[in-house]
Amino acid sequence: MSWISSIFDRRRLFNDLNEEMRLHIEERAEQLMREGMSANEAERQARVAFGNPTLMEERSRMVWQWPTIESIVADVRLSLRQLRKSPGFTLAAIVTLTLAIGANAVVFGIMDGLILRPLNVPEADRLYGTQYGDGSGFQSYPNYRDLRARNHSFDDVAAFNFNLGIGMDTGNDPSVTNAFAVTGNYFDVLRVHPMLGRFFHASDEHGPGSAPYIVLTYAFWHTRFNDDRSVVGRVVRLNHHPFTIVGVAPKGLQGTILFVAPDFFLPIVNQDQVFPGNSLNARENTHAVFEVFGHLKPGVSVAQANADVNAIGADLEKTYPKEVSHASVSLAREGLTAFAGPAKAFVAGLMLLAALILLAACANLGSLFAARAADRGREVALRLALGSSRTRILRQLFTEAMLISLAGGALGVGASVALLKKISVWQPISGAPLHIPVIPDAKLYWYALALALVSGFLFGIVPVRQVLRANPYEIVKAGSSARMGRRVTVRDVLLVLQIAICAVLVTSSMVAVRGLMNSMHSSFGFEPHNVMTAGVNLAMDGYNVDTALPMQRRMIDAMRTIPGVESAGLVNGYPPLVYTASNRDYVYKQGTSNLIPANALISPYRYEVSPGYFDAAGTILLAGRSFAWQDDAHAPGVAIINRHFADKIFGSVTGAIGRNLKLQDGTMVQVVGVAEDGKYVSLTEDQEPAMFIPFMQSPGLAAYLVVRSHRDPQQLAEAMRSKMRELDAALPVGLETYSQLLDTVLFPARVATMALGVLGFMGALLAVTGIFGMAAYSVSKRLRELGIRMALGAKKKEVLQAALARPLRLLVIGSASGLILGLLATKVLAYIVYQATPRDPFVLVGVVLAMLLLGLLATWIPAQRALSVNPLTLLRED
Amino acid sequence: MTNSTPRDLFPGALEMMILESLRRQPAHGYALVQSIQQRSNNLLQVEEGSLYPALQRLLKSRLVKAEWGVSSTNRKVRTYQITAAGLRHLEQQISSFERMFEGIALVLKPGEAPAS
Repeated sequence: MSWISSIFDRRRLFNDLNEEMRLHIEERAEQLMREGMSANEAERQARVAFGNPTLMEERSRMVWQWPTIESIVADVRLSLRQLRKSPGFTLAAIVTLTLAIGANAVVFGIMDGLILRPLNVPEADRLYGTQYGDGSGFQSYPNYRDLRARNHSFDDVAAFNFNLGIGMDTGNDPSVTNAFAVTGNYFDVLRVHPMLGRFFHASDEHGPGSAPYIVLTYAFWHTRFNDDRSVVGRVVRLNHHPFTIVGVAPKGLQGTILFVAPDFFLPIVNQDQVFPGNSLNARENTHAVFEVFGHLKPGVSVAQANADVNAIGADLEKTYPKEVSHASVSLAREGLTAFAGPAKAFVAGLMLLAALILLAACANLGSLFAARAADRGREVALRLALGSSRTRILRQLFTEAMLISLAGGALGVGASVALLKKISVWQPISGAPLHIPVIPDAKLYWYALALALVSGFLFGIVPVRQVLRANPYEIVKAGSSARMGRRVTVRDVLLVLQIAICAVLVTSSMVAVRGLMNSMHSSFGFEPHNVMTAGVNLAMDGYNVDTALPMQRRMIDAMRTIPGVESAGLVNGYPPLVYTASNRDYVYKQGTSNLIPANALISPYRYEVSPGYFDAAGTILLAGRSFAWQDDAHAPGVAIINRHFADKIFGSVTGAIGRNLKLQDGTMVQVVGVAEDGKYVSLTEDQEPAMFIPFMQSPGLAAYLVVRSHRDPQQLAEAMRSKMRELDAALPVGLETYSQLLDTVLFPARVATMALGVLGFMGALLAVTGIFGMAAYSVSKRLRELGIRMALGAKKKEVLQAALARPLRLLVIGSASGLILGLLATKVLAYIVYQATPRDPFVLVGVVLAMLLLGLLATWIPAQRALSVNPLTLLRED
Repeated sequence: MTNSTPRDLFPGALEMMILESLRRQPAHGYALVQSIQQRSNNLLQVEEGSLYPALQRLLKSRLVKAEWGVSSTNRKVRTYQITAAGLRHLEQQISSFERMFEGIALVLKPGEAPAS
């Protein structure tokens, strides 16, 4: 019989078998009756002689079946029925797992999107480049061209630069946009194809200013041009220069760096039209290029490429000692470069915490399962007595666990996909092109499946020991009564584990919050409260270096005339701590003639500021004087340095006043004042030297007005806007409070705190459910005992003690261990949150209070139940 | 009461004896049990029901075939009959069983020639 027909014949087969066995027993009975037994006795004897018909039937069937698959299917059906019978348990279990697996899936998705797959271009894993700020020397355009020509490791090398704050005029609505200036081969190196129109290529470049084309990103085309397909060929004005839109980039392409998404791309040869003063062909200009990158040639390793790039860099430094300085660098995966370190650490921390949540959830479910298995002791005993093997029973319990975990996993992954999609379109800080691209892919689903299987296994094995040792006779005789003797059960251990994990999570959240509070109030070197800023880029309206200065003076004066304004000033470029922008200069001793970086005294951050800036920003002057309008281009050069600079170079604050220094461009300056130290690029940086130059002696086109006032920010902004319009109606102005500008810097810490807060909350939820479960269970099991105690005259306190002593003791043990673990995890937390010091009394007290509160909450209902026990009714029933 | 079956017979013994009985004469389940018990002088106590899984195994391997019919005593019975393949299988089994028996006997009683 082939197996196909055997399926159809099987029914007939089994019927035959049944009948055959019945006939056999009948025949035996008749035989015995002929020998003189009574009918009843004969039948009984016949059955005894036959053996267990059910078992025989099953074994006969097993010959024909694929026993494993069939019994698995039977298990699944049985499990579904069982789960349906206790909907509360099933729901609680599935929801717990959905949350835990969902959290893990989200974190994995973030890790995948940010770290494993930072760029959505073909063969992104072979795309390597330099990192901004690494000192490799390839941030200048001529150096880039030499690298491109002389390297042996890359197929081709492209470069790009940030161009933030470009005034785009499409004819109706001028606005501020952000772009990448890219080399002609950028799109070819990335190996992407345009979605609409075409890209510009190297062939379009014929020297500086020769390629007035732009390529829009998909997102910008969608939001600004409303998917209008006729944009190709349209001419727009960037800072008054005409550019033609030649195409739209494909949907996945959002630039080549993490977190930052430009609105469009323009050729780097036209960069100085939108980024005036940025001389492309000056070898010493290290602001022309942000990063260079390319695909490694097949067969070339990263180490070889590193050696190659560093050799070229060192060579350039030798050839052009005045313009080029090279530090040995390692190439990094493109896209992961500038923000990789903190992002990686943060994600690693998150994954760890999410894994802890899953562990806690498994512990929770494990103890629930164990309780359930204990309750079904009678059923298990019966099944064992009927001849089932223990393996079979265990397999059925496992099937239940797997079903729950697969259901939880499916729901969790669904929720996580929705959340990830939301995150990837979220713009956390409006105005900054900040972006978190996390698009779920197949890896996420596999990961969720693996998690579901592993967690199902973990909490499924909890009742194993119990079932294996079950003695059917005892259980059927005595009923499934609670075991009194055991000291420490598996469930106790699980509960302690859960509580410990919860305590760790709560500790981390508290530490994060505390760290955030601290960082908000630490000394920045300026006072951001009550300060309004206005970003004004005069290049957008056709000013040049000569006409800019008087205009800027007029702007400052105009701001001063607004009622309620206490002081106003200006700083070129960006104020400190905004967008992690920084501008460094090399400073030399007065007598130095060979102005190469190797000879420099110190390399401070450089800010060009107006008179009145220090008052407006709230930066305290420690010695000397501030700038005055007399410190202009006709007066001798002056500078104000910060305390760190003064101490390091001149030994003391007062010793610095009156001393002379030489700057990179050869100008001599005299130190006329010393300002307080501050933070300039990030909150976690070590103290850096800084230098302030009067902006009249070093003018620029893009600057921020800084206005201090206690007036309501809305009104102030309106007043400032109208003053600016009076001065120049066609100039776009970006108005934000300084605190808002600081958001970028605080963003990581805020996100971290939020994430930790969510995880801490989930951990707390799980702990509460766990404690509640155990407390309720133990109370319900011991209801009779409690009733007797009360009947014998126990006071409320004693009853409560009897009922809840155990869970509460476990709570204390768990909290203590969790707290200690959390304190030990300082290092991990410090990665994530600035100034995270768990040895903070606020944190310790907070955690203890939180765990007490949780314990109280969880045991409230069981406690009430224990107290409301009526001994009479209890003792009457069984 | 027995829980799991403690085998008195080694695996395959039951099948071998069934095949041998069927070789002599086709029979149905009950008759087979009788025949085996009789011929072994009641030395072998076989649980009657355990015959049926064995018969199914033999059916599956096509060493026997089965047919519904009516017995001599006018009962509805399913009669089993050995097939050619079954005969061949039986020969192999018997010879390997005899070899095994000889070996065991030699080990247990060294020096004595086995009863042939």
